[in-house]
Amino acid sequence: MIQKKSPEEARKSLDLIFHDLTRSLRVKDELSRFWLFILIMFCIVGVWAWGYQIKEGLGITGMRDYVSWGMYISNFVFFVAVSLIGLLISSIMHLLKIHWAQPISRVAEQVAIAAVGLAGLIIVMDMGRPDRFLNVFLHGRFASPIIWDVTVITTYLVISLLLFYLPLIPDLALMRDRLKGKIPEIQYKIYDILSLGYRGNAQQFKIIYHSLRTLMLLIIPVGLAIHTVTSWLFAATLRPGWDTTIFGPYFVAGAFVAGTAAVIQVMYVYRVRYKLKNYFNDEIFDRMGKTLVFVCLVYLYFNINEFLVPGYKMKTAEGIHLTELFTGKSAPIFWFTQIGGLVLPILLLLIRYFRKPFPLTFIALVTLVASWFKRYIIVVPTLEHPFLPVQNVPEHFVHYSPTNPEITITLFAFFAALLILTALAKLFPVITIWEYAEHQGIEKKIMFNEYEN
Amino acid sequence: MNNANSRRNFLKMAGLTAASAGVAASAGFLSSCNRIEAVEGDRIKLLTSSGELVEVDRASLTPAEIPSLTENQKRGRAGLPGRKWVMVIDLARCRNARKCMEACQTHHQLRPEQHHMNVLQMKDAENTSPYYMPKPCMHCDNPPCTKVCPVNATFKREDGIVLIDNERCIGCRFCIAACPYSARVFNWLEPRDSEKYVGVTYNIEANVPQKKGTISKCLFSADRLRDGKLPSCVSACPNSVYWFGDQNEDAVTNGTTGETVSFSNLIRDNAGYTLLEELGTKPRVYYLPPKGRAFPYQGEIHPS
Repeated sequence: MIQKKSPEEARKSLDLIFHDLTRSLRVKDELSRFWLFILIMFCIVGVWAWGYQIKEGLGITGMRDYVSWGMYISNFVFFVAVSLIGLLISSIMHLLKIHWAQPISRVAEQVAIAAVGLAGLIIVMDMGRPDRFLNVFLHGRFASPIIWDVTVITTYLVISLLLFYLPLIPDLALMRDRLKGKIPEIQYKIYDILSLGYRGNAQQFKIIYHSLRTLMLLIIPVGLAIHTVTSWLFAATLRPGWDTTIFGPYFVAGAFVAGTAAVIQVMYVYRVRYKLKNYFNDEIFDRMGKTLVFVCLVYLYFNINEFLVPGYKMKTAEGIHLTELFTGKSAPIFWFTQIGGLVLPILLLLIRYFRKPFPLTFIALVTLVASWFKRYIIVVPTLEHPFLPVQNVPEHFVHYSPTNPEITITLFAFFAALLILTALAKLFPVITIWEYAEHQGIEKKIMFNEYEN
Repeated sequence: MNNANSRRNFLKMAGLTAASAGVAASAGFLSSCNRIEAVEGDRIKLLTSSGELVEVDRASLTPAEIPSLTENQKRGRAGLPGRKWVMVIDLARCRNARKCMEACQTHHQLRPEQHHMNVLQMKDAENTSPYYMPKPCMHCDNPPCTKVCPVNATFKREDGIVLIDNERCIGCRFCIAACPYSARVFNWLEPRDSEKYVGVTYNIEANVPQKKGTISKCLFSADRLRDGKLPSCVSACPNSVYWFGDQNEDAVTNGTTGETVSFSNLIRDNAGYTLLEELGTKPRVYYLPPKGRAFPYQGEIHPS
């Protein structure tokens, strides 16, 4: 633990930290505007494509009666998976008092909120009748895993929002105290309202602290549930490739891989863009690299179980499915997900050099892309091989290939998620200021002294 | 069914039960007016439930008694009391005539690539003989599809039929993923001839008019069963492949010959079986093995 600083030193140091961590709020250059323009344009195109899909029907996609779930569901599973990183970093690591992870807990929550919010939207975009969405509540049947999914995903979104907001309150109070007159009036008003009159006294902090602890505990079962239930959308069926008992933990392990890789991307962008080299420092990248190796090893273990055991037996239907994955049409994607998404990060990240920010970010990007294709390889090939032969239908019913509007709608989710991340970074500091300052030996008294009784 | 009988049925249908018998098309206007003006010699075209376009004198028409949508959905969910429908498909007699598929697509207003009933070309192992296998919905007693439906849009009725309410279906397609028999189809685009059926009251027991963005599948022609008729496919078969009946009465009737036999004897004497029985779905459709076949297998008549 760092020693306490003298009040003079502490004030100076706090000023510096505050200045650095609010840089993301101030950056308004050409690149920012261009980035926002691109994101908004792509989102508009995506929404337009969805409108077209609603008008014409889901037939504008490559999905048909046999492969009836395609890119949308793969994308949904991917986003649910990514969102699980909020649980790992801002809850489990916090509760285990893993201090190096504290500066990235807000990044993890940003990613969690963007991902789970979009996951909810993607599933509506996959519906044949989105206009009847309310039927889920009006006629909900609790025997269906979809209802469980809707329940836990909404709960997870709410808890994630709270886990984002509660530690933000003291930061909002700091910004309210220090930024008056320096930012647009409306922005100041937002901080003023959202800070809920926080003055930094012990009692107020205690409320936040205890609520946070409770939420961190609560989110563990809920977080595990969202991805377990999502895996049951598949495991609850009788189809070869999905009909397995390890899908719950298999999905959860895979989720941590995707989420860790995603958080590394965001960290790197913030580090470069908002000049936060000393905050998202080499040590954090190094440790995130090690974390990625660890979660990949766990996931590898589940993959070995998932593919090697049935591959050893080659039961009829299961055998057709596995042959398709190992050496058939899906083999290139399958091996890319296994090598790019597991073997590569495990081997390379054991070497210290590759855990430096740039190489790590690049490797994690490959892992993230492989994670997306991994969901695709879980969803699509199984549907291409039903128990009974596919006959008397046109060729495009037999094999799935996504169409352009379908890809546009899928990409929409990515642009919308990036838009949410950008908006959050532009509005709120990307690292919890008070927590970081405290960790640097600055007492709360100093942060809020002018306003204490 | 003999000629006189079918004629009587036709008249009854044209006159009385336009919409409830699954008639739509040109009969659609019936639902929009209460009185029909009797003008002698004024003839109109009607589409019967078996898909024939017929002409009838307007004077002989009376307003159709169409159950309201709510009433239709209610009785559609209840099913026919005291019944337990069962189907037996004799694989030895199927020669891939596909009359069942045609009748079914007409009855349920399906596009050519949509099959409630699909005749598959099967070959179980390398050295076994190929055969044709008509495949409807199995109407399982332990249906994987109804279990996963989030809104209770597909459900199991008392009389054994698994039905769909396309006024409620949200189009999530979880049931398609859950069905191991690939029995379900989806309306990916506008259903066939949808412009003709605008304003026609939905008939849950035939799942017509079909709706874009919702599921459809074989319903054992529940609307025809209510009228005391055999399912469309069963009646259409020229080769005595189908037996259909009530398990509670232990009697099944052949759709081609009209012969009625004991269901349990038929299954027992011919080593009847159900499809993928190891999955535990408990189908209500039974198959008789393709043994002592009435015709040679003719290979890939319809490619793919």
